[in-house]
Amino acid sequence: MMLSVRDLKVSFRTEDGLVWAIDGVSFDLDEGEILGVVGESGSGKTVSLLAVMGLITDPNATIEGSIRYKGRELVGLPAKELRRLRGNEIAMIFQDPMTALTPVYTIGWQIAEQIRAHQNISKAKALDRVEELLAEVNFPNPREAMSRYPHQLSGGMRQRAVIAMALSCNPALLVADEPTTALDVTVQAGILDLVRKLRATHNSAVVFITHDMGVVSELADRVMVMYAGRVVERGSRSALFADPRHPYTRALLGSIPPLTGEKPRRLPAIPGSPPSLLRLPQGCAFGPRCPLRYDACAAEKPALGDGPHAAACLLEAQA
Amino acid sequence: MIYAILRRFGQMLFVMFGISVIVFLIFFATPGSDPAARIAGRNASPEVLEAVRHSFGFDRPLYVQYGLMMQKIFVTGDLTSFVNRGWKVVPAVLDAIPVTLSLVFGAAILWVVVSVIIGIVAAATRDSWLDKLLMALGLIGISMPVYWLGEVMNLITQSRYHDTWLFSWVPPLGYKPLMSDPKGWFLTLVIPWITLAVLYIGIYGRVLRAAIIESMQEDFIRTARAKGLSETRILLRHALRTSLIAFVTLFGLDFGALVGGSALLTEVVFGLNGIGKLTYDAMQNLDLPMIMATVMYASMFVVIANAVVDFVYILLDPRVRTS
Repeated sequence: MMLSVRDLKVSFRTEDGLVWAIDGVSFDLDEGEILGVVGESGSGKTVSLLAVMGLITDPNATIEGSIRYKGRELVGLPAKELRRLRGNEIAMIFQDPMTALTPVYTIGWQIAEQIRAHQNISKAKALDRVEELLAEVNFPNPREAMSRYPHQLSGGMRQRAVIAMALSCNPALLVADEPTTALDVTVQAGILDLVRKLRATHNSAVVFITHDMGVVSELADRVMVMYAGRVVERGSRSALFADPRHPYTRALLGSIPPLTGEKPRRLPAIPGSPPSLLRLPQGCAFGPRCPLRYDACAAEKPALGDGPHAAACLLEAQA
Repeated sequence: MIYAILRRFGQMLFVMFGISVIVFLIFFATPGSDPAARIAGRNASPEVLEAVRHSFGFDRPLYVQYGLMMQKIFVTGDLTSFVNRGWKVVPAVLDAIPVTLSLVFGAAILWVVVSVIIGIVAAATRDSWLDKLLMALGLIGISMPVYWLGEVMNLITQSRYHDTWLFSWVPPLGYKPLMSDPKGWFLTLVIPWITLAVLYIGIYGRVLRAAIIESMQEDFIRTARAKGLSETRILLRHALRTSLIAFVTLFGLDFGALVGGSALLTEVVFGLNGIGKLTYDAMQNLDLPMIMATVMYASMFVVIANAVVDFVYILLDPRVRTS
């Protein structure tokens, strides 16, 4: 097991009290595996992965639980040790390529900076490697692209530059935080191809955060659905799409327009909106929006079962 | 690149031309006042008045008057102040320039270096006691009026503690030329430099701290962290670099204004006969030729400072560079 997260909890002290952004998330990841993490905004998918990266710098945040990477505990690891892993073994791609790059340096400089932060090689060698990387992410003219500043590139090109940067040290684990959300659909497809190719060539494990079920169905081996800071369902892609067990997963899948058959007049939407993390219901967080709720839902927080395909729902326990 | 610089130079000339026309019109074409009488000064004899009128072309059209004035300032350099009985204006300005430049340049180096250090340290140790201490000191620096601080400095270094080992090196007030007496030049200017810089160290340190802290919230800082860079490198190479733009803008404005005469209070307190003092005296006496010359000089420096700032922008921020 390459990455093993157990009972991860992230809380923030705010003026209105303690907020649990992540409340007991556990998951595992094997080498070369792609895990899709799905959920609405605020469901905690980004925060949980930022915690894995050690990128939660808010002084009001507390991180509990265990994050083991190749057997090594990351929670509480000194910043210097963590830095050696970050960008080198664990790399991250961010949501908005428009703001993810420092505006005053060239693409080549920024990628070479990362290589030279982790490897003891000459500047010229690093730049040669940058050229290879840019070619790998399908830049038509890598030598020339290296001398470009971020503002001179399109969104798709910037995201590819960010991906090239993430790949620069051959990371064993790549965390992609909605890398296609800010891009055109055609560009999205290219980026997804790139992620797949990456897994094939570098055997990297990928955690792919998204709110797009379509992207998940195309890319992921396993899927984890999050709601209000907890995992509500996890399973292999085929199992989850064929037999969604949690009402929330079902509702998410139900809101995708079907490609074949009769078109519904209106797409079903999930009624209501995600709960405020400050005022979570005592029982199931999805309860107030759930079409299948019954009295017990308001009293008890359902636990996520063990098995490969499990859902945190009281109905699940009865079945 | 060369074309861009030449174009900027052309713009500078154009702006200076505009300023010279406006200043000229304000002082020489205000309805109801006789510039000849002003230039000749109070109690001037009719002969002097006539000579002035002829020499400045006040009996001829306005554009000729303007041309003559510019000729006297820039070509022949023989603009004469009648108020001060035949004092040549241009050499007086040229004598005052090195005094002001020495004062302002030295103070600028001091305030840029110190405020950059303070801004970085305060931002890096944000919300710690060190940050709070530095910001409080900065606020004190901003709050002390320069004339008061200067007098206190003089009181300490020239009189009360002058005879102690600490300040016995401080020479009497006044300016010593750099070329003939470099050591004296330096020693006489140390206290004025510090006095002038204190205010700006406070302002710039606070501005830079705020800019760095703002930059540290940017997405690209998170990317830099994700790359595994050290906090020091993130601060100096990524956050500071993008924060310097506000700093440079402010510096261009302040530096231009100071060289143009805003250092007046410091000059007066320390007996430095620079541009500020010269302009102030000219205003007191309504010495029109002198005002004309010093305003032209000041505008020249403000315009040059702005051009330099634009140039530094281009170095700092590739987004400003047009392809």
